[in-house]
Amino acid sequence: MKFGVITFPGSCDDLDAQLAVARVGTAVPLWHADHDLQGVDAVIIPGGFSYGDYLRPGAVARFAPIMTEVIEFAHAGGHVMGICNGFQVLCEARLLPGALLTNTSLRFVCRQVSLELVNPDTAFTREAPARLSIPVKHTTGRYYAPEPDLDRLEANRQVVLRYAPGENPNGSARDIAGVINEAGNVFGLMPHPEHAVDALTGSTDGLGLFASLRGCGL
Amino acid sequence: MKVAVSALHAAARELGLTDAETDLIVELLGREPNTVELAMLSVLWSEHCSYKHSKPLLQTLPTHGPRLLMGPGENAGAVDVGDGWTVAFKIESHNHPSAVEPFEGAATGVGGILRDIFAVGARPIAVLDSLRFGEPGSERTRYLLDRVVAGIGHYGNSIGVPTVGGEVYFEGPYEHNCLVNAMCIGLARADRMIRSAAAGPGNLLVLFGSSTGRDGIGGASVLASAEFGEGDEGKRPTVQIGDPFAEKKLMEVSLELLERDLLVALQDLGAAGLTSSVPEMASKGGVGIDIDLAKVPLREADMRPQEIMVSESQERMVAIVEPPKLERVLAVCAHWEVAASVIGEVTQTGCIRVLSGEELLADLPLDVLVDGCPIYELTAAKPSQPLYSSPPRQLDSTDPNSILLALLASPNIADRRYLYEQYDSIVQSRTVRRPASADAAVLVLPNGRAIATATDCNGRRVAADPYRGTLESVLECAANLACVGAEPLGLTNNLNFGNPEKPHIAWQLTESVRALGDACRAMEIPVVGGNVSLYNESAEGPIYPTPVIGLVGELLSEPSRAACIAFAHEGDAVAVVGAFEPSLAASELAKLRGEPLPDELPEVDVGAACVALAMVRAAVRTGAVHSAHDIAEGGFAVALAECCLAAGLGATVETELSETKLFGEGPGGFIVSGPADQIPGRIVGTVGGERLRIAAAIDIPLDRLGEAHSALAALFD
Repeated sequence: MKFGVITFPGSCDDLDAQLAVARVGTAVPLWHADHDLQGVDAVIIPGGFSYGDYLRPGAVARFAPIMTEVIEFAHAGGHVMGICNGFQVLCEARLLPGALLTNTSLRFVCRQVSLELVNPDTAFTREAPARLSIPVKHTTGRYYAPEPDLDRLEANRQVVLRYAPGENPNGSARDIAGVINEAGNVFGLMPHPEHAVDALTGSTDGLGLFASLRGCGL
Repeated sequence: MKVAVSALHAAARELGLTDAETDLIVELLGREPNTVELAMLSVLWSEHCSYKHSKPLLQTLPTHGPRLLMGPGENAGAVDVGDGWTVAFKIESHNHPSAVEPFEGAATGVGGILRDIFAVGARPIAVLDSLRFGEPGSERTRYLLDRVVAGIGHYGNSIGVPTVGGEVYFEGPYEHNCLVNAMCIGLARADRMIRSAAAGPGNLLVLFGSSTGRDGIGGASVLASAEFGEGDEGKRPTVQIGDPFAEKKLMEVSLELLERDLLVALQDLGAAGLTSSVPEMASKGGVGIDIDLAKVPLREADMRPQEIMVSESQERMVAIVEPPKLERVLAVCAHWEVAASVIGEVTQTGCIRVLSGEELLADLPLDVLVDGCPIYELTAAKPSQPLYSSPPRQLDSTDPNSILLALLASPNIADRRYLYEQYDSIVQSRTVRRPASADAAVLVLPNGRAIATATDCNGRRVAADPYRGTLESVLECAANLACVGAEPLGLTNNLNFGNPEKPHIAWQLTESVRALGDACRAMEIPVVGGNVSLYNESAEGPIYPTPVIGLVGELLSEPSRAACIAFAHEGDAVAVVGAFEPSLAASELAKLRGEPLPDELPEVDVGAACVALAMVRAAVRTGAVHSAHDIAEGGFAVALAECCLAAGLGATVETELSETKLFGEGPGGFIVSGPADQIPGRIVGTVGGERLRIAAAIDIPLDRLGEAHSALAALFD
C-alpha cells in the first residue's frame, strides 16, 4: 500500500504524516509543483500553512499543479485524506462540502480532544476505535455548512467524526470534526491522526484511520 | 577643520557613538569615516554587536565540557547527544522591539533565533519562550501579553517548529519594558554542521531569501542599545516585519544546501543585517570581503547605500560558495522558490569594501570595524538604598486556605494553558512531554534517546540578591530537568539587565554572572552561548535583573519514564526529597502581602541541592517514582496542589506545617509520589480522594483549587 503525502511549500506536518503512514504502508513524498502522483494507492494532504496561507487557508494550494492530479484521482474513485490544512484545501477544491472558518475564540488552539466515531463504515474508519483521543491545532477549524446541507450530511452519514460533548475546540457546527464526500472516497478532518500513532508522544488512536485504508488502491 | 570634526561628532552621536569612540575611529583609520562607514561602525560598535560592556564578565564563564561540540562565538552552541547526533541551542532576546510592536517584535524574535540554529546546520526542533510583563491589572500589560503570545504562535506555528516550554512572570518593574526571550533547539548530524567563518579568496558571497527593504532599519541594534524614553511610538517603523512562510523556505533551502555539501560558510542576517553578518564572517576567517550593493535585490528602488547595509529585513541568509558549486546552489534555491544572488566575493584584503558597481562606498579594515571597539570595565557598586518599590498589598488573610487559593490564582502561579494552548507543541512528532505535563519538555531523538529542556529565572529573587538569586535560577532549571530524569549537558543564558553604565546595575550584572559561573562549575555544565540585553530601563527605573537560564539535558533511560507532575495512583505515598529549608523572603506570598524586597536571600547550599537533584534523577530513571515536581513559587503547598490538579486526584498530608513550611520558597525541594517502599525522601502523605488536606491547616476540594488556578483565563476572553 503506497500512501502519497503532498508537500506544499509551507506544509508543516508532511513529515509527521509520512512517519504515520509508514507504520501501515509505504510513504511516497509528492511535490506540489509536479503533475505526477507516482502511482500511489491513496493521497494524504497534510497539515501546515500551504504557501503561507496569507489569503485564506487552502485557497492557493487548491490551484497547485499537483492538485489537478489529486482532483482527477478523486473523481476516479481514489482515496484522499485531508488533515487540517489538507481538509481546508479539499473544501476549497470542492472535493468536500462546507468550509472551515476562524475558531470562535479567534485564536490558535493546540489541545488533545476526545472524538466520537460517528460512521465506522467508511474506507477510512473501519479499523478506528469508537472513541479517539487525538490532538487539534489550528486557527481556522470551525466547520460550517448551511443548515439544510448539514441535515443532508447527517442523513447521508457523511459526518464521520464529532468532538465529544464539551470538547468542541473551535465552534464547529454540530460538533463536526470530520466529513466524507458522498462517494465515500474523500475524507477531511481537523484533528491530527498522524500525531496519534505512538503512545510515547500521545496516543495510538489515530493509527486506525490510516490502517483502514490498506487494500484501498484504485 | 574643527567645524568638520564637530559635524562628524554630531552625526556619530545621532548613531549612538560617544565622542571618544568617534575620535578613536578617526585615529585608527587615520582619516574620517564617510557616511556609509560611520553607519557601519556605529552598528558594530553598539553594545548589541560588540558586547563592549559585558565581554570581560562573560569571559569568566566556563565554556568547556566533554560533550561540547560548538561553544560561544558561533551562531549557536552545540553538544553531542550520541550516535553522531548533535543538539544546537541558543537563547536570544527581542525585548525592545516587542515593547514597541509586540506582535511583530515577538514573531521576529522567534524568526531570528530559528535562523541562528539553522545557520549552524541544525534543523530547529523546539522553541521555548521566556516572557516578563507588568502586572496583568494594567491594560498595557494585557495588550502586550495578548500580542506577544499571538506573535510567537504566528511564527512558530506557521513554520512547523513546536513551542514546547518556557515561563512567564508578571511583575511591576517590567511594566514599561517587557522581556521576550526565545530559545531554540536544533538537531543535526555532527558531520553536517557548519561554521560562519568565511574562507577561500575568490569564493562567492551569496545572499538568499527575502529582498532587502527599509523595514527594521536600526531595529534590533539601535533599540537594544539605549534606554526607553519619550516618543518610542515613533520607533515603530524600526521594528522588523516577519514572514514565517519565507523563513520556512529559507530553512529548507539552508538545510538542503548543507546536506548536499555545497557551502563553505553560512550566516544569518540578524541585527544590522549585512553590516554585522558580513564583517563577522570575514573577521572569523581572517579574510576580507567585497560587497556590491548594486547586486542586492531591493524591495524599494531608491534605497541609500547605508540603508541597504543596515536593513534588518527578515528571512535572509548569506553563504560563502566555491564558484564551481554556484550553479547547484542556485538550483536548490530555485526548487524552493527562494531568490538568490551573488553579491560579493572573498578577498585577501582584511577589509570590508562596499561597492555600488564601480563606485567604492566604504573601505574598512576588520581590525577597526570588528576588533577596534573599546571594551569597558564596569564600575560596580551595591546600591545604598532599595532600587525597587514595594509591590501593592493584595492579601491580608493569615488563614492557610485563603493563602493557598490566593497563591494559586496569582499571575505568577496560575495555570498557563491559556498561553501555551496557542502554540503548536507537537509538530515534528518528537514531543514526549508537552507543556505543563512535566517540569521540563521532553523530546525524543532519531536514535531513540531523549533530551529535556527548560528555561527559568525568578527576577524578583535575583533583584533581592543577584548572586544567590541567580544560583537559585540555575538550580531551579536543573531541578526541572531532574524531574524528567535528565542531567544538563549545556547551558545558554540571556542576561536581561538595566543600563550597565550605572554602578548599581553593573553590580547586579557582576554578581549575577559570578553566580552563573559558580553554579556551572559546581554542576559541571558548560555555557554554550547566550545573549546579553542591557539598557532595559524606563523613566520608572530598571527591570528586575533577569538572567534567564536555558538548559538542555539528556535522559539516559527509556523516554517514557520521564515523570509527570500529576499524581498517578490513589494510595501512592507522597514524599519530599531534598534538604528543603524554605523562607518567606522574596516569596510569592511576601509579594502578595506587599512586603519590600529583602536585602538578601538565605544562603544556598549548592552541594546539598546537587545531592537532591541526583536522587530525584536516579529515582525517575529507575522508574521508582510515579510523579515528580520541584517546589518553586508558592512553596510546598502550591507544588502539592499542582500535583493534585494535574491529576484530578486529591492528597492528604498529616504533618503539621508552619506558614513558612507551607508557603516558603528556596532551592532544592521536590515532591515525588509512588510506592512507599520505593520512593526516595521523607514520606509526608498519601494520594487519594477529591480534596487537598494538609493536617489541620488546609482542606479544600479540588474543584475549588482548580477554579483559583484558572485565573488567567480572564485575560484571554
